[in-house]
Amino acid sequence: MSLAIKGGHLIDPANRINGKRDIYINSDGFVAGIGRAPSGFKARRTIDATGQIVCPGLVDLRARLREPGLEHKATLESELKAAVAGGITTLCCPPDTRPVIDTPAMAQMIQSRAWRFGYAFIHPLGALTRNLEGKLLTDMEALDDAGCVAFTNALAPVIDTLVLRRAMEYAASFDLTVFLHCEDPWLKAAGCCHEGEVSTRLGLPGIPEAAETVAIARDLALIDQTRVRAHFCGLSSGRAVQMIAEAQRRGLPVTADVTAHHLHLSEQDVGYFDTQCHVQPPLRSRRDREALRRGLKQGVIGAICSDHQPHEPDAKLAPFSESEPGISGLETLLPLTLQLVGERVLTLVEAVARLTQRPADILGLESGRLSVGATADVCVFDPKERWRLTPDRLISRGHNTPFLRRELEGRVICTIVGGRVVYEADKKVAP
Amino acid sequence: MTQDLQLDHNGRLKHFLTIEGLSRRTILEILDTAKSFISVGEREIKKVPLLRGKTIVNLFFESSTRTRTTFEIAAKRLSADVINLNIATSSTAKGETLLDTVRNLEAMHTDLFVVRHKRSGAAHMIAAHVPAHVHIINAGDGSHAHPTQAMLDVFTIREHKGAFEKLKVAIVGDIQHSRVARSQIHALKTLGVAEIRAIAPRTLMPIAVERLGVMPFTDMREGLDSVDVVLMLRLQTERMTGALIPSEQEYFNLYGLTPAKLACAKKDAIVMHPGPMNRGLEIDSAVADGPQSVILPQVTNGIAVRMAIMALILGGSPAESRARRAADA
Amino acid sequence: MTASLDIDATIRRMTQSLHGLLKKHPVMVGIHTGGVWVAQRLHKELGLTEPLGTLDISFYRDDFTRIGMNPQVKASNLPVSVDDRHVILVDDVLHTGRTIRAALNELFDYGRPASVTLAALIVRDGRELPIEAQVTGEHMHLTKRQHVKLIGGPDRLQLEIQEGSG
Repeated sequence: MSLAIKGGHLIDPANRINGKRDIYINSDGFVAGIGRAPSGFKARRTIDATGQIVCPGLVDLRARLREPGLEHKATLESELKAAVAGGITTLCCPPDTRPVIDTPAMAQMIQSRAWRFGYAFIHPLGALTRNLEGKLLTDMEALDDAGCVAFTNALAPVIDTLVLRRAMEYAASFDLTVFLHCEDPWLKAAGCCHEGEVSTRLGLPGIPEAAETVAIARDLALIDQTRVRAHFCGLSSGRAVQMIAEAQRRGLPVTADVTAHHLHLSEQDVGYFDTQCHVQPPLRSRRDREALRRGLKQGVIGAICSDHQPHEPDAKLAPFSESEPGISGLETLLPLTLQLVGERVLTLVEAVARLTQRPADILGLESGRLSVGATADVCVFDPKERWRLTPDRLISRGHNTPFLRRELEGRVICTIVGGRVVYEADKKVAP
Repeated sequence: MTQDLQLDHNGRLKHFLTIEGLSRRTILEILDTAKSFISVGEREIKKVPLLRGKTIVNLFFESSTRTRTTFEIAAKRLSADVINLNIATSSTAKGETLLDTVRNLEAMHTDLFVVRHKRSGAAHMIAAHVPAHVHIINAGDGSHAHPTQAMLDVFTIREHKGAFEKLKVAIVGDIQHSRVARSQIHALKTLGVAEIRAIAPRTLMPIAVERLGVMPFTDMREGLDSVDVVLMLRLQTERMTGALIPSEQEYFNLYGLTPAKLACAKKDAIVMHPGPMNRGLEIDSAVADGPQSVILPQVTNGIAVRMAIMALILGGSPAESRARRAADA
Repeated sequence: MTASLDIDATIRRMTQSLHGLLKKHPVMVGIHTGGVWVAQRLHKELGLTEPLGTLDISFYRDDFTRIGMNPQVKASNLPVSVDDRHVILVDDVLHTGRTIRAALNELFDYGRPASVTLAALIVRDGRELPIEAQVTGEHMHLTKRQHVKLIGGPDRLQLEIQEGSG
């Protein structure tokens, strides 16, 4: 069905557009025109976006959908629905499913299941080592062919430095991107929150900043040698931002992301054992949070991701260190990013870029931009609408978020994937 | 979850989870109440009918005969029915969650749970999820808090030293892993002591400990210089395997409380220890059994303090009831 | 308002009534707070040589769960064994009888007296238990809404009558 989105303010950082433009989408699901309709174009449906922002659909570098293996927490269907409700049209799913995404069959199975539901595009991240055990390499080239956009050991550390070196060398041979989570397992030990004022007050085992920086230092040395294209996931400390900035200055092919919650919360939010603030890597000091915001502004950190980790209620109903880490973040990614505009950390264009063009570039994907001829993945949002996050408004099965009952600003009005409207606010989603 | 969890909307003590956030007035009220309970233990019949018909469950997910026994004695002297449950090895090992265990016991119409758990925050978590008529006393959660121990410590200090304002107090040992130390620090700070010092090697000292209002020392003699009270902590022997300290000998030489090191403190300084003691590791027998030791009175005071806390929680604290009592001569 | 009652004269009358008990070498026990003040006076007037005992019945109240703990509890103090002794129990005001019930319970936790004689400065109406004083200073008729209280102790005892809400 051909579509026209009229009257909206288009922000497309990749094409340097920031102004009132109409968008025309043909019945094959591609962008047919920006600003003016191609000759003979007839819209079957016109969406009035007056007063609203129109931007490329958001690209989320990390969202766990829990299927296969942990369907008691969430399913592909429930979480893909939540993704489009959050304006996300493309997302990457880490390989730590059960079974692990370390075979082409697994990678294809997840994509074809997602395709059947038809909400957002899903790109698997392939396992860097078999079963994430840090010992044997996976068939990376075959996984690449099967649709994996990058390779990672997710939260499981590759303890053996030689294995990591080989994995990087192998990935570099085929121009593949490696995603790295940096946490030294020995320094982390049994830690469950930032080692600092709050861990001292609450008597919780802490994770020192050095757990992150030691691992980054090791990985940077290997990147320096192997020249693999590497992306650092979820930076948590100011010192880590400095190290990445320094590596980028030296010309290393490295990028980085940060989660939306690390830009807003700090260790202080753990309060009295609020397990909703139990995340990995941990929320660090307010100074670290400010440094992450600066790194984001300066571009050292290219992308903001949801690091979506839905949980069943019981996973958080345990003593802090025994509760499972993670936040259900798909539906707060956009409003939390817009809050940074309100707090004058980013301009609106920069904010949109860090949710669209920049993460797409990290993945080497064509999405995240609305060029004529591109797949029409679009997000229309009202930047001013204030709303309260309540359990019944959450579409994700995971209600585990510290932002519950908080007032948020900026709400998705309509999400279009491949030219089809897959989400409209206050309406049942009908793909 | 906030510390207000332990106070109801009238500021009345509902649970006893941590000293942090309690007012000086509340702490002093507990101490005053405890004082009046001391005499009960000295009577022929060591029992008052205050909590007759109440059910108190000692819910110990981590075994500790000593602490459990003092709570049991305290509850029995108040005429409550006491049930001891040692769950360290039973249902939670079978996969039942902590909350399931508590809900099961709640269904047996328990009025008060005394909870000990190896994880920090366990008592808070339980308190946040029990119905309003169920009360929780934290008998030690991980490395976080052991508030009744700290209350009996400050009670004992007051008995021997009177006012708190001019006192210098040193806490010695494994501060990092000590729930007792954390609660002592909050209690002493709220009571306004002149100086709180923490003495330990860096491996056993929590990061940013100064933010709790404590002066850190690595040298014991320096740290003990002219203090009025020495609070010793128990050293868990597993700290050796965690590469936190090299050996028992080295620890005793540097941080064991010997008569020679105690001589750095004021002449009339008192020595305390929450027990059980490792003689020859953190404390020399000559000090433990010496004239400055008040370790045994601590145990006696512990019962009165726990009686006071149970009575205040189950009976309601003064703030709200004072008015009603006035009309009820 | 304060009631006009000659407390010194009343206590002298009570002393005379208690004289007969002296041959039994009684032990005197006052109930906190007003009862102790009255007991101190009686103890002196009677010339008892053994120290005065005191009871704080806070731990024995039957309304504990309703009104809660009083932090100003004074420790009960019975310096002399009450076993097989004749006890004179002293209170300031006998009203519902519940305080005396609690005091008797507490007293029996210390031992088994041979007998207990109750002496009350003021006996008013409003009894809820079958308890009466053997020695009475003064009878008072008060409405349910009125409360009488002994103040000014230990030296300048005075009665205060408050109009309450009932």
